[in-house]
Amino acid sequence: MSDDISWYESFWTYLEFAWQDVLDLGVDHAVVVIISVLIATVTGVALGVLTYRTERPRELVLAVTGTFLTIPSLALFTLLIQLPLLGLGAKSVVVALVMYGLLPIVRNTIVGLREVDSAIVESAQGMGMGRAARLWRIEMPLAWPVVLTGIRVATLLLIGIAAIGAYINGPGLGELIFGASVGSAVALNEVLAGTLGVIVLAILFDFVYVVVTRLTTSKGIR
Amino acid sequence: MTDTQDAVAPDSGTAPDGGKVEIRLENLAKRFPGQDDPAVDDLTMEIPKGEIVILVGPSGCGKTTTMKMINRIIEPTSGRIFLDGEDVTDVNPDQLRRRIGYVIQQIGLFPHVSIANNIATVPKLLGWKKERISERVDELLEMVGMDPGQYRNRYPKELSGGQRQRVGVARAMSADPDVMLMDEPFGAIDPITRDRLQNEFLRLQEQIKKTIIFVTHDIDEAIKMGDRIAILREQSHIAQFDTPERILVNPADDFVADFIGRGASLKRLSLSRVRDVELHQWPTVEQGASHDEVNRLLEGSDKSAVLVLDSERRPVKWVNADHLRRAGDGRPLSELGLPAEAVVQPNATLSDTLNEMLSARYSTAIVVDSSNAYQGIVDIDTINETVRSLRRAEQGRLRGGDDEDEDR
Repeated sequence: MSDDISWYESFWTYLEFAWQDVLDLGVDHAVVVIISVLIATVTGVALGVLTYRTERPRELVLAVTGTFLTIPSLALFTLLIQLPLLGLGAKSVVVALVMYGLLPIVRNTIVGLREVDSAIVESAQGMGMGRAARLWRIEMPLAWPVVLTGIRVATLLLIGIAAIGAYINGPGLGELIFGASVGSAVALNEVLAGTLGVIVLAILFDFVYVVVTRLTTSKGIR
Repeated sequence: MTDTQDAVAPDSGTAPDGGKVEIRLENLAKRFPGQDDPAVDDLTMEIPKGEIVILVGPSGCGKTTTMKMINRIIEPTSGRIFLDGEDVTDVNPDQLRRRIGYVIQQIGLFPHVSIANNIATVPKLLGWKKERISERVDELLEMVGMDPGQYRNRYPKELSGGQRQRVGVARAMSADPDVMLMDEPFGAIDPITRDRLQNEFLRLQEQIKKTIIFVTHDIDEAIKMGDRIAILREQSHIAQFDTPERILVNPADDFVADFIGRGASLKRLSLSRVRDVELHQWPTVEQGASHDEVNRLLEGSDKSAVLVLDSERRPVKWVNADHLRRAGDGRPLSELGLPAEAVVQPNATLSDTLNEMLSARYSTAIVVDSSNAYQGIVDIDTINETVRSLRRAEQGRLRGGDDEDEDR
């Protein structure tokens, strides 16, 4: 009809051509985030478990992981690629994401474990449950909803930050955002596709967490 | 005055003949870091097998610390603990605790596991077979009066306070320990339920005969529950360690007398049980009886009502002449009159019975046996007589002593 097609019509046209690429990038993005969250969870929960009962180490861990989160992401990426073994690409991105993901996980692990009713722990002790059994069979299951919330917050946080990883050649939807040549005809469409992709990914992850929370939380404490 | 500091063993005259000592504490002491005075100072005490020994005292007297040293939740600074002759001061604490039942005031059920799994905690730690655990769980639930089919798979949050407390007791008994430690187990429960649970627990103890250390700050609970009471003052020094009767009749010093407080006569009613007094009888009829029969019974009696029993002799209703007149002929007796309340069992204390009686019709408590069949009644005269005879007995005991009856 007219040359003057509106931006959303052109966006749909773009998607028709490029959806396969966008999807691939979305999967890459998800994989980077999942790997990072897994590493951050293992590290963060371990740090929380090791420090929740002792004041000094606990504050130290919270201060350090809190500091990580205040480093601007571009700065952190730039610093990390200087390091041997890391360099440009996915490895540096994962290291940065793990650093950003630690605080919510460590923090919620500590809070969750400290909030467990001391009477429950004492009665477990009084029945002859050892330290490890108490932690894994009583304290952790009771703290779990809080810990899981920490992991969920970390995941959402990392989905956003991962997009910036494209700045140092990281994989994922960020490529669409940073790779767009400013001013080109497709630039707007690519940025839009990248942004929407991140949002959709965040919603999908959140849905997964709702399901995981339901499946892994005891009926007795829901 | 008696030298109470060295009250090592319960008065030798009252020690059970040849009874074995289950727990012996020797010069037990606990000093917490950063505190000048020890929390428990040189406590020596013997707890006889199969008895409930109450540790009672004002808050901060070290009673809970003392109890928690027995299962080494708190490690003693010095002294020894013997369980059935075996020195357990240095054995593996987890192994030790699996042999000792433990109930605390908050009960501490695990909210994330089912009732069955809560009860199964210790058997699982001990590595019992699945079938044996499941049988044991059902047995324990029945023992504390809860239907296994209904409650096995529930979670603690779905239970009332009283039911949680029952499960707590069942859980503590799961591996059939010889010794149980109970720290204010009925403390967080409303008074009516508490009373019922105390009675249930005493009835249970008659069968299971555990050695129980029971901590409370409530002297009334101590008198009701204890075979022996250790009244503690600060740093767990024993002020008096004796049977409730002897403590009430013959307090060792002013501290004990103060702690018992006034109203010792009334407290003594907590020591006598319904089965110890002579029951009176009340006119009764089967619920199938005719109105004429009831009228005849009433005419021949000095009572104004008859007690209607069902086919298994369980009390159902109070029916008087008025009820009969108003109801007209042919209505079954079970539909008339007033519900038969204030029912007590033979192991109820007279104090509880009096309590029931005061709110009941005809100032009478109905006594039933364990299958709820009618046995007789207790009335206010029975209570009066008992109080008088208790007082006579104690005056007899005190005659010749320079002590004076502590309640007037």
